[in-house]
Amino acid sequence: MNEKIVIIGNGIAGSTLALQLAKEGTGSVTLISDESSYFFSRTALMYVYMGHLTKEQLEPLSRERWDQSPIQRVNARVLSIDSEDKELSFRTSEGDIGQLSYDRLVIATGSKPAFYDWKGQEAEGVLGLYHLSDLEKLEKWAPNASACPEAVVIGGGLIGIELCEMLLSRQIKTTLIIRENFFWSSHLPESDAQLVEKHIQSHHLNLIKEDELLEIRADDTGRVASIQTKKGETISCNLVGLTTGVRPNIEFLKTSRLELDKGILVDEYLKTSDPSIYAIGDCAQLRNPLSNRSAIEPVWYTGKLMGETLAQTFSGQPTPYNPGIWYNSAKFFDLEYQTYGRVHPKTLQPENEQHFHWETDEKGMTFAYDKTSGAFLGVNTFGIRLNHRIVSSWIETAITIQEVIRRLEEAHFDPELSNRYYKQINHAFVQNH
Amino acid sequence: MHSYRTTSIQKVFTYMGLSGLAVLILAGFTASFLKSTGLFIGLGLISIGVIGYTFSSYSGLPAGIKNNGVWHQSLTSRGIVAWVVGVILTAFYVTLYFYPEHLEGLIRLFDPLSEGLSGKKASQWFVYGVLYTLAIVLFGIKFIIKHKHSKYQKYRTYSVIFFQTIFAFLIPEIMARLNGDLPYYDLKSIWPLNYYLFDGYQLDGFLQNGSLGTILLIFGILSTLIITPILTYKFGKRWYCSWVCGCGGLAETAGDPFRQLSDKSLRAWKLERWMIHLILVWVFISTVGVVYSYLLQAPDSYLLGPKIFLILVSLLFSLVVGLILWKRKDWLAKDAQSSAIAISSVILLLLGFFFFSESDRVLFIPSYQIRSAYGFFIGSIFSGVIGTGFYPILGNRVWCRFGCPMAAILGIQQKLFSKFQISTNGGQCISCGNCSAYCEMGIDVRAYAQREEPIKRASCVGCGICSAVCPRGVLRLES
Repeated sequence: MNEKIVIIGNGIAGSTLALQLAKEGTGSVTLISDESSYFFSRTALMYVYMGHLTKEQLEPLSRERWDQSPIQRVNARVLSIDSEDKELSFRTSEGDIGQLSYDRLVIATGSKPAFYDWKGQEAEGVLGLYHLSDLEKLEKWAPNASACPEAVVIGGGLIGIELCEMLLSRQIKTTLIIRENFFWSSHLPESDAQLVEKHIQSHHLNLIKEDELLEIRADDTGRVASIQTKKGETISCNLVGLTTGVRPNIEFLKTSRLELDKGILVDEYLKTSDPSIYAIGDCAQLRNPLSNRSAIEPVWYTGKLMGETLAQTFSGQPTPYNPGIWYNSAKFFDLEYQTYGRVHPKTLQPENEQHFHWETDEKGMTFAYDKTSGAFLGVNTFGIRLNHRIVSSWIETAITIQEVIRRLEEAHFDPELSNRYYKQINHAFVQNH
Repeated sequence: MHSYRTTSIQKVFTYMGLSGLAVLILAGFTASFLKSTGLFIGLGLISIGVIGYTFSSYSGLPAGIKNNGVWHQSLTSRGIVAWVVGVILTAFYVTLYFYPEHLEGLIRLFDPLSEGLSGKKASQWFVYGVLYTLAIVLFGIKFIIKHKHSKYQKYRTYSVIFFQTIFAFLIPEIMARLNGDLPYYDLKSIWPLNYYLFDGYQLDGFLQNGSLGTILLIFGILSTLIITPILTYKFGKRWYCSWVCGCGGLAETAGDPFRQLSDKSLRAWKLERWMIHLILVWVFISTVGVVYSYLLQAPDSYLLGPKIFLILVSLLFSLVVGLILWKRKDWLAKDAQSSAIAISSVILLLLGFFFFSESDRVLFIPSYQIRSAYGFFIGSIFSGVIGTGFYPILGNRVWCRFGCPMAAILGIQQKLFSKFQISTNGGQCISCGNCSAYCEMGIDVRAYAQREEPIKRASCVGCGICSAVCPRGVLRLES
């Protein structure tokens, strides 16, 4: 029996699953996407606009390898799913409507930018930064500083800061407006946020805090001319980037019988309420996330891990999804950031979570630990690379903060010959404790 | 069409550098024009141009990766400017190697400088040496300022600048001044990169110059057989390729803007492995043949008779190949094992041919002809004309990747018994592809990083740029 496995979405989750299944010879795999014919690295879109990479270099696997693989690729948009007849309908890029039956269906449709129905958001020159087509819009609307002298970006998350870096790389005067009183305060303790703010301002980003978008105003041609903020400020601009987060891309499922919340609800085997339909990646919402992990985690590696996990299940080894200790990384302009475990921002900080912050010019670390037991909970590190496996194992085994500080150099991952700050950190810690 | 803007200050310095080149060319064609002052005006303008361009590009900018606009600029994305520069560079190399008489005017400009150093009149190689060294120094400074945030990048650039100016340029000139009969010997240029080290006239030079000559000859042999494997074991081939070597030095400095042009396809990787190892075989056979014929001319005048020499070489070669196949069988892919065995058998067969025919002919071709064909096709056309002339089209390490027999030996050592590798940092890779794009050796670094595997590739020269451009801190060079 050759099971028909259909995967909707060729992002990191869907492509990882498809490639893994093809490698193991499990089922006959069809991969549907309306965004691109070949899997690309969404996280690197910024580098194409900035001229670091070509579009083709975003593709982790060569087109030749895809064409040789047994995976069937369909360039189409899925319109609806009929779970009773196990069939889905789609529209190809040429506009033809078609049907496809499946034995098992996997939904891996990712996220889409969350727009909040601002007045004027349909004006020409307003965009999010998520889809491959956003790159084309950006090239059209903001090719250079003479065509687009000024831009405003709304929302200070990771995508917002990337968009700012992109625009500044073409000498476009850029203003970033954030609602919070400091940068990315939903994730960063204040000390860390200040470190990042200092850095991004040194890159000539105009940062406006504690204000929000009220409306976008267009000129006679329908092109963005300015925005107005809630505090009444008017900023003229030729481009507006809306980067106020992402939400699961599941609109096409509204009429289906699948149980949905913010995302598609799945159990630990990534199975939805329909036993032959699964969901992985950004669009999946875990019914019972592990402690210290979120139900929806729109990050690259969780999509990859979900794809790998489901591939094992499909190949006859039912495997629960277990992402382990939380980690992530980002780069704010030239400032690298890595996080392991949980270091909560003030608003979310449990009472027993204590922080130790150390910082020297453009480098810093914040350690979180349990106030009473001293157990190590997590670390944010800026401008210093740490070894993922080692730091994770420290959190898993809950060694004390004293031991972490003493052994920190073991987790050294900076390039050879780099300055080492471990003695300084140790010294600062001992003085404070 | 868009985006990357060259500022007017950058333009001014670009024109200044170009006018320096123009002065050299004009002065070269019309000897009366400015005479030797033309040399200093020309070189001065070039220097000010490069340094000024560097400062106007990077000063005042925060430290960090400076790849904005790489694929938008004509010069660095195989645009028209790249082709123009490529054609000019190639034309220069062709003239230099095959029609030096056209450079006569230019060469005479350099006489005062050459006379000041070695006391001799300038040759085309002196002119080339000066320009080459100047390129490494000036573009080395540019590279250092571009990478001011990375000590690894800065230190290895100080190193290539040092080895180029002192070892490749100054010491041989000074040695020539002290002892005119000694062979022109760049101590860091190791056989087989220095394929003429054991040519007859070189051996004469070493052997007729007393103990200093003998010491230099012994050093030349030891650097291939002892020093190289020890350092490669400890540090990987980077100790040579991106810290010492002159070809690598130029690639890492003047060639740095072109590193993203290397071919990343599987086809290129296959071609690379065949070419580089066959060239190694070629240089090995021709060197053995040349030394053998040198010894044959006067079989009794040296400690080492021609036949003993052949036996020693065959034993050493068999020992090395045997050890590899015995100890590292599991590390080698099936096709690598079978090609190693096939190639080794051919080499031993050819050595046997020498031995029993008592002539230095390889299949009726005298070994000096094989050696001079190597000098022509590999030493000149490949390493110079293609290797450097095609920087803006094929990338900056074409010679090192497809042609250099030294890189082949170091690569075998690196793959089989070195502590060097690039470690990956758990699951942090986001598959962005910067590492692969900026790998000058065409290694698909990302493929390893996203599988969370360490990278242990024979071709890696350890430049460390993959680790520098990684936005998530995933890669670390280790030894």
